[in-house]
Amino acid sequence: MSLRLANASVTYPGATEPAVHQVDLTFEEGTHTAILGPNGAGKSTILRALGGLLPCDPGEAVLDGREARSWPRREFARRVAFVSSAEESAFPVRVRDYVALGRNPYVDGWRGPSPADREAVGVALHRADLDGLASRYLGSLSAGELQRARIARALAQDPDIMLLDEPTAHLDLGHEFAAFALLAELVAQLSLTVISVTHNLNMASRFCGRIVLVADGTILADGPPGDVLTPDRLARAFDWPVDTMIRPGLGIVAVPVAPGDAP
Amino acid sequence: MRPYFALLAFVAAAAVTGLITGPAGLGVGDLGRILGGGGDARDRLILLDIRAPRVVAALLIGAALGVSGGLFQALLRNPLAEPYLLGVSSGAALGAVLALVTGVSAAGGPVLPLAALAGSLAAISVVFRVARVAGTMDTRVLILAGVVTSAFLSACITLLLVLGPAEALRSAYFWTLGSLSGVSWSMNVILAVYAIPASLIAFRLARDLNALSLGEEAAAALGTNVERTKRSAYVIGSLLAAVTVAAAGIIGFVGLVVPHGVRLLWGGDHRRLLPMSFLAGGGVLAFADAAARGPWGVVEIPIGVVTAIVGVPFFLLLLRRGMTR
Repeated sequence: MSLRLANASVTYPGATEPAVHQVDLTFEEGTHTAILGPNGAGKSTILRALGGLLPCDPGEAVLDGREARSWPRREFARRVAFVSSAEESAFPVRVRDYVALGRNPYVDGWRGPSPADREAVGVALHRADLDGLASRYLGSLSAGELQRARIARALAQDPDIMLLDEPTAHLDLGHEFAAFALLAELVAQLSLTVISVTHNLNMASRFCGRIVLVADGTILADGPPGDVLTPDRLARAFDWPVDTMIRPGLGIVAVPVAPGDAP
Repeated sequence: MRPYFALLAFVAAAAVTGLITGPAGLGVGDLGRILGGGGDARDRLILLDIRAPRVVAALLIGAALGVSGGLFQALLRNPLAEPYLLGVSSGAALGAVLALVTGVSAAGGPVLPLAALAGSLAAISVVFRVARVAGTMDTRVLILAGVVTSAFLSACITLLLVLGPAEALRSAYFWTLGSLSGVSWSMNVILAVYAIPASLIAFRLARDLNALSLGEEAAAALGTNVERTKRSAYVIGSLLAAVTVAAAGIIGFVGLVVPHGVRLLWGGDHRRLLPMSFLAGGGVLAFADAAARGPWGVVEIPIGVVTAIVGVPFFLLLLRRGMTR
């Protein structure tokens, strides 16, 4: 499974400037890539374009040699899962039924879910450590449990590639670590390709083998955390002075600084 | 499977209640005798040609309204949505009022239902065209277009009634209250041929409607053809509502409360919600019709009054129970 953006630009309807401009990205199997950058840089747009959810003009998103939006949607959804940052159900739904929506690309409209579908839901719940919460309503979950449920829904899709928009939004540092560790485990066990948009530079440097730094709709840097997360690159991306500390085994710590701060 | 057995029992109880209710007497014993081929001619006429078509019509119309309400709630992602929200009923009412004011309804037969059907089809297509921009249907525009069209049509109705003959005002008023008194076997055949296949197609949409409850982008990422699903839900939901209004006028409340009640009792999975709303809607309306014509002698209570007066307290109870989860 290979997914890439080829010279892709995206302009939203009504906008004069493209949100993403001539981006080239190729993703390797069995890796976790973090897309980092300031608010409004185009991170989520890149993710949506990869998911075939937005048209690129010019350029294209390509899955296995075929343009993403020319795949039959259900076929595409069996290979690529996408979870937005603010996905909510309009009606009360139990965790199990929510995760089961991940089976939609496989389920026949007349016959409904097969035993294999139900089993896949059970496995996804188990992998995300949600066994005890399957009968709870989604609205009653804590933020950490809710993010795990979203990951489980994507897992139930049995994808090769997972596109996650801020999978650790609203989580405290412990739950955030646990979520990144869970994703690392899934990447290792299932040789999943995970592409996450995140704001946590520290967790990204520890758990993601590759960092894509985005600013103003273009890629500022792309490579291993040590090469990308340097003070001047980060300062340029975020338009704010940044200092970094390298802690072997623990990743890179990046902190914003003020001009008067001691080095 | 247990909820389905409960609902089938509910439908059967509603049908029997409808058959044994009426000023002519005729209890369960008579019912058995007549269905077995016995009984005198008068009793057979009352049961088979007056009561039975009404009961069947109530079951079909209630079922169509239940499914239609479920479709609109899923399409608009809003539990307050109902079949008449987007102008189907105002369009039908304008058609009916036009027929009454101009006097063409005096020709009798199917003129009034056809005028109502034409009115609602016109309203459906206007709202649909307004909400479709650049090949996609924006459900927020759909709601606004529907509500505004509805208001416009209501104003036209009022204008016609104020300027028209006084007799038309009274007839129009009773028409808008809804009634099953005009139904016949031939109308039931049309209803069935129409409502049952349309509901089956709606059941087929359930998987994609479930995905749509997460939002359009999430649904697309789950492999749903979002535009086709929205279009189908709108067209099928509207047409189901339109045919019921043409047959029996405006019967409020059923399309709002039945799918909502089913969701509170048995969850929101549309694979179950839509067929269950089909059964529950039919049962509710057959009971309501029995209550409307049952114990009041020759006077008949408008069926919409019954569905609201009996249904609202029951619904509030359900809502309270549901909210405590």
